[in-house]
Amino acid sequence: MSVPLTLLGLLEREPSHGYDLKREYDAFFGRSKQLPFGQVYATLGRLARDGRVVAGDAEPGDGPDRKRYAITDLGRDEVDAWLADPVEPEPHLQTVLFAKVTLALMLGKPAAEYLDRQRAAHVNRMRELTALKRKGALVDVLLADHALFHLEADLRWIDLTSARLTELQEAVRKS
Amino acid sequence: MSLIEARDVHKSFGTTPALRGASVAAGQGEILAIMGPSGSGKSTLLHCLAGIFTPDAGEVWFDGRRLDTLDEAARTKLRRTAFGFVFQFGQLVPELTAADNVALPLLLNRGRRRQAYDTARTWLGQLGLADKGGRRTGELSGGEAQRVAVARALALAPKVIFADEPTGSLDSLTGEKVMDLLTGLARDQGTTTVIVTHDARVAAYADRVIMVRDGLVSFDLGPADEPAARHAASPSSASSSSVAKAVN
Repeated sequence: MSVPLTLLGLLEREPSHGYDLKREYDAFFGRSKQLPFGQVYATLGRLARDGRVVAGDAEPGDGPDRKRYAITDLGRDEVDAWLADPVEPEPHLQTVLFAKVTLALMLGKPAAEYLDRQRAAHVNRMRELTALKRKGALVDVLLADHALFHLEADLRWIDLTSARLTELQEAVRKS
Repeated sequence: MSLIEARDVHKSFGTTPALRGASVAAGQGEILAIMGPSGSGKSTLLHCLAGIFTPDAGEVWFDGRRLDTLDEAARTKLRRTAFGFVFQFGQLVPELTAADNVALPLLLNRGRRRQAYDTARTWLGQLGLADKGGRRTGELSGGEAQRVAVARALALAPKVIFADEPTGSLDSLTGEKVMDLLTGLARDQGTTTVIVTHDARVAAYADRVIMVRDGLVSFDLGPADEPAARHAASPSSASSSSVAKAVN
């Protein structure tokens, strides 16, 4: 999963301090692996250097860094492009796709449309593999079967997520 | 040029809308898969295309003429002569033999008995059932029975075959064999095929895939060389490396 783009997405929601950003990231995307503080600040530093975010002046308070970070237009464009671009269809894509769907809902972007694009990308890949099976050797057929079953499982997840978008929208809404 | 087409079709059952402006077209010899979750309207769309349901609004065209405005007798004749059907369950007469079942629609169309049974034997042979012609279909396995259904649909030399969840009751390998035969023979004959399925592996046999959601077509994924398919981002062409890539 792309940590910099996910942090950028969270900053598009609203400007934030590194500490709050880490807490929010961990709550939604870091359930099995939390983001180290060091990585958060290093990433924010790189994003600021590359013009994706701007850092405000240091504010008084505890902790190593009390700067408030805000996304720039360049950063916003990058998040938009990333969300709209289907993930390459392969097994184990759910983490990235999950992050995209969740961020899209947080930002009020068309998550259902992104899921449809992903579904189309998956169906296309499945058609390629099915065509390959028609003329392939048995070994290729077995490999294609393996890929097809994984892609099918992804598609089921996409279908179920599509059906749960309204529910998910509520869950990620800023209280 | 499309052979069969639904244009902005609406259909409700009581106060429940099943289709809310669905449009789709399939050309001569094209294999079209209609996907969608339960209750999405995908089977209703197939039934409208096949002239089984009459839309409340919108148009259905077949072979250059309006299908939805024909009277019931004309539509029944069309279904008997130009359309073949393969369903998940129950389309065969279990007390009759496989050959009887395949010959039956030909006889109903006033075909000669000998010719009807010759045609039935030929198609049963094409589907690997040459030795099953004399067996009652109630005694056949699910996969064999479904192949008889495919033989029966193809024996009429229809212009369009409509298949509703054709592998729904079959295990993976048997389902794959039925799909290989159905789509392979349909391609050989140049028969347009419309398949309703919730199974993405079945839809992957099609040239065109549409998704129906809440009574509307939410995407229409044409052959790889069409702009719609390019929009849907197909990152690679079929090759062994693409298989390896997808598996790894």
